[in-house]
Amino acid sequence: MGYSGFRVLKEGLFGQKGWKPVWRDPEPKPEYDVIIIGGGGHGLSTAYYLAKNHGITNVAVLERGYLGGGNIGRNTTIVRANYFLQGNSEFYSHSLKLWEGLEHELNYNVMHSQRGLINLFHSDGQRDAFVRRGNSMVNQGDDAILLDREGVRKHLPYLDFDNHRFPIYGGLYHPRGGTARHDAVAWGYARGADRRGVDLIQNCEVTGIDIQNGKVTGVQTSRGAIKAKKVAMVVAGRSSQVAAMAGMRLPIESHVLQAFVTEGLKPVIDHVVSFGMGHFYISQSDKGGLVFGGDLDFYSSYAQRGNLPMVEHVMEAGMSLMPMIGKAKVLRSWGGIMDMSPDGSPIIDKTHVDGLFLNCGWNYGGFKAVPASGWCLAHLMATGKPHDVAAKYRLDRFETGRSIMDEEGKGSQHNLH
Amino acid sequence: MRITCPHCGTRDGREFTYQGAAEILNRPDRDADLAVWADYLHNRDNPAGDTRDMWYHNPCGAWVVVDRNTVTHAVQGSTLASEART
Repeated sequence: MGYSGFRVLKEGLFGQKGWKPVWRDPEPKPEYDVIIIGGGGHGLSTAYYLAKNHGITNVAVLERGYLGGGNIGRNTTIVRANYFLQGNSEFYSHSLKLWEGLEHELNYNVMHSQRGLINLFHSDGQRDAFVRRGNSMVNQGDDAILLDREGVRKHLPYLDFDNHRFPIYGGLYHPRGGTARHDAVAWGYARGADRRGVDLIQNCEVTGIDIQNGKVTGVQTSRGAIKAKKVAMVVAGRSSQVAAMAGMRLPIESHVLQAFVTEGLKPVIDHVVSFGMGHFYISQSDKGGLVFGGDLDFYSSYAQRGNLPMVEHVMEAGMSLMPMIGKAKVLRSWGGIMDMSPDGSPIIDKTHVDGLFLNCGWNYGGFKAVPASGWCLAHLMATGKPHDVAAKYRLDRFETGRSIMDEEGKGSQHNLH
Repeated sequence: MRITCPHCGTRDGREFTYQGAAEILNRPDRDADLAVWADYLHNRDNPAGDTRDMWYHNPCGAWVVVDRNTVTHAVQGSTLASEART
């Protein structure tokens, strides 16, 4: 049954007794057309678009833990399309357009809030770079507005504009940027996929990938062997371990990125604010908590927690940007496992094994990519050809030298990003 | 995180800069196949568990190979890169 205002009213009048689980908990079948390893945002959206766009519904999503228990539930929920350079920019532009129709598409409230994102700059040179970035965004059909110092003050009066090290010269305003409710995105795609016949199988760890004569034939799992014609690995920070089951070594290092949230406060920060020079960004959740973070800890880690030096650095950056934040109490901090690629850009591609596909390398930007990532991987798996907006996300690009510049225009080397 | 520098003893992790997996010490022959070089430059084992990686100790300038666990963050030991290479 669909969700609607009428339904909320009706259930309210009858004691909320009509709500039912929104997806099944099926036993794995012996064989599927497609198996997706990983029940996070990217895996669930892939399953959804396989069914919706390509009519492929004999699909299982295998999840070691519970649906949406990984990075989709651990990120800072920012959605934007302000990438500068081709290769990535068209992909994130496509993703933002999918976000804008997502709630109607899924009949699910993902609380997508286009509250606007402001990237601050602090010098003439940085202003020039942001003008160029903004023009390239506008040329692509997305939105960008250059704000001068007073323009920023109108939106963000609480910043320390006269910081001696980084005085605020202005900002690049991306009005269509914003946030979304991270868990709801996973749940919305899960419900949509389940309704189209996809089996979502939780507590099912893949322990091996079966390959015969260079072709994938299925997977071994903690709940028995399952055959499949096609298999996709969509496991983010665990990509190296899963790909090793197929004899692959990936261009991925898993790093820890920390995030923080304060106690709930009255509305105070209306936008997403990004302070690149201090490695700090912040927004306020609908519950009222200030959600903020900074840079990687910069060492490989699977601990899902970071160390104190980066905590200190992020707090210092927050205090320099908006001294008022010192009044708020930090409630929680956590870390996610980031699948860092050498060029800061993702991989959506076939592998050397026929029928085995790879989706990884989302670095610290995977959340906003969820709709387009699933859209493009589903397209690749169904048609055998890469989608136009993901055509450069090749696995062999490091070897061939056709690597992609990330949003900061950095090159291809492991410790650069 | 506290890391032992073979020259200076156990020091605050902030004194060190991380470079990456110690796999980079196993440099292929200069005549090796391009695929071997590509694998060396870009691909990583990226283990969840015990690992060896390269850290630069900024105060004394030593490159240190650290034995470490990526799941617990426990630091088990370290050697100078010049001695680890052999």
